[in-house]
Amino acid sequence: MDFAQIFSLTAGELFGVFTAAYALCALGLAMHFGYTGLLNFGQAAFAALGAYGYAFATLNLHWNMWGSFAFGIICSAVFALIMGIPTLRLRADYLAIVTIAAAQALYYAFGTSQFAWATGGSNGLSQFGTDFYSYNPIPEGRYDLGIVTLSEKEIWVRIVAWGLVAIVAVLLVVLTRSPWGRTLKGIREDEDAVRSLGKNVFVYKMQSLVLGGVIGSLGGMIFVLSSQTNQASTWVSNFTFMTWTVLLLGGAATILGPIVGSAVFFMFLMLTQTVLEGLVNIGALPFLSIAQVGQIRYLLVGLFLMLLVIFRPQGFFGNKKEMQFNG
Amino acid sequence: MSRPTTPLGRGWAFMLAAIALAAGLLTVSAPANAAAPAHTAAAVHNHQISAASDPSTWAYSIAGALKLNGKPVAGVTITATLGSFSAKGTSDATGRWNIAVPDAGKYTVTIDQSTLPKGYAVVNPTMTADLTQFSFAPVLFKFGGQVIQTESFGSQLISRVFSGLNFGLLLALAAIGISLIFGTTGLSNFAHGEMVTIGALMMWLLHASMGWPIILAAIAAILITSAFGWAQDAWLWKPLRKRRMGLNQMMIVSIGFSIVMRYVYLLLFNGDTKDIAGGATSVKIGSIDTTNITLWGMGIAAVALVGVALFLTRTRIGKATRAVSDNAPLASATGIDVERIIRIVWIAAAALTGLAGVLYGLEFQANWLTGFDLLLLLFAAVTLGGLGTAFGATVGALIIGMVVEVSNLFIPNELRYAAALVILIVILIVRPQGVLGKKQRLG
Repeated sequence: MDFAQIFSLTAGELFGVFTAAYALCALGLAMHFGYTGLLNFGQAAFAALGAYGYAFATLNLHWNMWGSFAFGIICSAVFALIMGIPTLRLRADYLAIVTIAAAQALYYAFGTSQFAWATGGSNGLSQFGTDFYSYNPIPEGRYDLGIVTLSEKEIWVRIVAWGLVAIVAVLLVVLTRSPWGRTLKGIREDEDAVRSLGKNVFVYKMQSLVLGGVIGSLGGMIFVLSSQTNQASTWVSNFTFMTWTVLLLGGAATILGPIVGSAVFFMFLMLTQTVLEGLVNIGALPFLSIAQVGQIRYLLVGLFLMLLVIFRPQGFFGNKKEMQFNG
Repeated sequence: MSRPTTPLGRGWAFMLAAIALAAGLLTVSAPANAAAPAHTAAAVHNHQISAASDPSTWAYSIAGALKLNGKPVAGVTITATLGSFSAKGTSDATGRWNIAVPDAGKYTVTIDQSTLPKGYAVVNPTMTADLTQFSFAPVLFKFGGQVIQTESFGSQLISRVFSGLNFGLLLALAAIGISLIFGTTGLSNFAHGEMVTIGALMMWLLHASMGWPIILAAIAAILITSAFGWAQDAWLWKPLRKRRMGLNQMMIVSIGFSIVMRYVYLLLFNGDTKDIAGGATSVKIGSIDTTNITLWGMGIAAVALVGVALFLTRTRIGKATRAVSDNAPLASATGIDVERIIRIVWIAAAALTGLAGVLYGLEFQANWLTGFDLLLLLFAAVTLGGLGTAFGATVGALIIGMVVEVSNLFIPNELRYAAALVILIVILIVRPQGVLGKKQRLG
């Protein structure tokens, strides 16, 4: 087994693009679930709308990066409004069922050949990042960063991704410590108490849903800009469930939690993948094939999620008192 | 949250042992494992096509033959695309067609329906050709399914309503399971679809693979599913209830459990779609084209549903179940053993869901994702009918089954599940308690 390679691949995930993308999606969920108590099981749809919105605006409307970026954000904000108006007045599990149903319906719609003029059907969309990469100040070449060697494009997308994570994290710290954020926490703890203080609970929940959804759409844009391909099959419900795992791993009602959770989660995935593959290659696991290693990884994700929620629902950084799943 | 006092360790040891056992079984049941279609969230394929080169030198090819009732079909246009690359081919007098492509990759192969003989259609006009491992990929377009233009709208509608009734009955069996569990324990069980899958896969293993007679295999598959339901409750959900875990938290545990089970199925049974009923004979009733197995399945499902209704309204245990659903503490105070009722509900719900899986597998096909694909339709059915009422779940399932099949007349096949989910969202906006639900169940 090549331990040096295992180490560099695993450490590379620490600042990988997918790590940043999932961190953004999980930060959005932290807004929804951690700070407001909204059970959003359709984060994949928010991310997908960001990704498709960006790609559609670039490819079909021929907008530049800023316009496409804004279009992706608007798409997910509109989706949040449509989801929220009927469901935010209802019990929490209705939002869960409606968001997961809507996300799945969108997933079917993105993949069908019917709307291929906009979505590319099952092939998806590609080559929409030209303008994004034209802002890259780093000269062409391959750079040895100690642990990993990256091209100028890979470095640029990482800088933007982690820059966004930092901006969002700071924004959320400020927001959650503001009176507005305290009202949200109040809603999470006891909706009726907040209502009796004269606050319009519905409006606060809606603001949280839109803001968290927009943050999720940033994650979706980053996710597809790294490879400049966007396929419907990315946005399955497993995407949402992995985001939940990332969130709960770090701690739902924290800002640092989703970021560290994402890094740990992807390093864990890469470590299990490379170690298991190494073991299969040297013949130590005769009952497994290389293709099955990827499957074992996802099995472990499910197991991880179960154990986490049962034994440590507050995650790494959460406060157990603050992390009471109501209901 | 109260501190955990009950030993959860033993249950977990069982679960882990079961998974380890499952992994060990791989050596027996899956010696040569083909690359299964990994359902990964992070799967991103990067296609690069060297399109400038000369087509006659291209080393990869996609080919097939078109036959309709045994006769070759000539002059049909077929297109293979990958990213921005696309190439066309036309079927010759022997019905054969061949498209050369430059590079490896997963190509989308589309048949031009307008070039087919008048009045006929293929089941799936868009297929995938996987050229990632081999340089040649066969693609077979099957004629059939919906025949365009030859049938009147009325007879198509009758045939769709019949399919909808059949699908609705299947969904109802599993939806009642979700509904009973939700009613008695409050759990929105996201791992419920996995019980459909286990029913169908056991049917494949015992009937199609090991050759047991169909009735015996079906009974065994249902027994295995109920044992799975019982074990789930005893080792996972009961300890969690004892810990007084919140319902939302339990829901997330069920999501994790669903992921674990799906990948266990994938490891044990591979990712291919299993054809379970080989010897179904076709039956024609008026304009409805069906099979003997479907008719039997509908009859059995209807009898089972009536049985559930009688059980819930006429027997002591059934009445106790409804009492626990209405108010568990009060039921407990009147001397009903709530834990025993929940145990019975889990076993019965699993048996019904297993039956749904068996019938679904026999009438359609099954793979490791079958139950998960149906899960949201089941939730839609339960929510539509009104959360926690068995009768509501049946009505909701019949509505969802109808919507899925009848919508097929107006919208493309891939979007029919989406139609059902959109109906769910619309109904929740108009009537949040569901068609038959009571307002008090709302928060």
